[in-house]
Amino acid sequence: METIKLVYPVEGGDLIEAGEASSKMKLTLKKLGLPQDVIRRASICMYEGEINMVIHADGGEAQVEVDSDQILIRMIDSGPGIPNVQQAMQEGFSTADSTARELGFGAGMGLPNMKRYSDEMTIDTVVGTGTTVTVKIKIPQ
Amino acid sequence: MTVQQLIASMNLTVFHLTDSQRAVTGGYVGDLLSWVMGRAGQDCAWLTIMSNQNVAAVALMADVSCVVLTEGVQPDEDLLRRAKEKSVTLLGTPLDTFTAACKLGQALN
Ligand SMILES: Nc1ncnc2c1ncn2[C@@H]1O[C@H](COP(=O)(O)OP(=O)(O)O)[C@@H](O)[C@H]1O
Ligand SMILES: [Mg+2]
Repeated sequence: METIKLVYPVEGGDLIEAGEASSKMKLTLKKLGLPQDVIRRASICMYEGEINMVIHADGGEAQVEVDSDQILIRMIDSGPGIPNVQQAMQEGFSTADSTARELGFGAGMGLPNMKRYSDEMTIDTVVGTGTTVTVKIKIPQ
Repeated sequence: MTVQQLIASMNLTVFHLTDSQRAVTGGYVGDLLSWVMGRAGQDCAWLTIMSNQNVAAVALMADVSCVVLTEGVQPDEDLLRRAKEKSVTLLGTPLDTFTAACKLGQALN
């Protein structure tokens, strides 16, 4: 199969509306007939990444590439960057504000969840410039 | 067990029903959304008191069978709209969360 490329803009700030990019991607993956578990793992990673771009980086862009053997999701923002990635990866670490917390976010589980549900994850970040989180989900053959 | 059977056995309120024949294979209780996404199993019934519209997106991504709002919590208007849009089954019960979870456990056995 030829690589399918999908691009989704993510609006910053509006946590209430967040999840549109992930919902659209999920629908597309379903139409492609991928296994339920693969779709679920990709959707959770994408949603956590989307929420992070909304809460922490004032939006960004999600780029998704689907091949016959893997899904690659890149979440790219020009936000503040992550000063200490190791700390950010710890379960429970969060700098989210009270607005996010009241809505049920900010448990500090987003990046760990992305790690848990992906087969590979990399974080490229420069303080003051932005962050790109890339996750790869393998499709069992 | 199916969603329909769960509704009958727990006498749940139906706010929005998508697929009454969908299987329910477990349960999860939680209000912190990332926690739910990390821990809730696929095809489980998710018990929560959260009623904002993000609940619909989380239910969709985590691929749970249904959301059960406990403690008599009513879905806010936006949540109901989102649940319909995203084909998420949204149910409710006046029971407190602990009692609802016990009943769910019994129903699953
Ligand atoms: N895209 C991002 N830009 C800047 N900081 C981020 C980004 N994603 C995550 N972070 C930082 O890493 C922390 C942990 O992220 P996460 O595990 O998703 O937890 P939460 O979003 O609940 O705070 C965040 O609180 C934030 O400080
Ligand atoms: Mg997060």
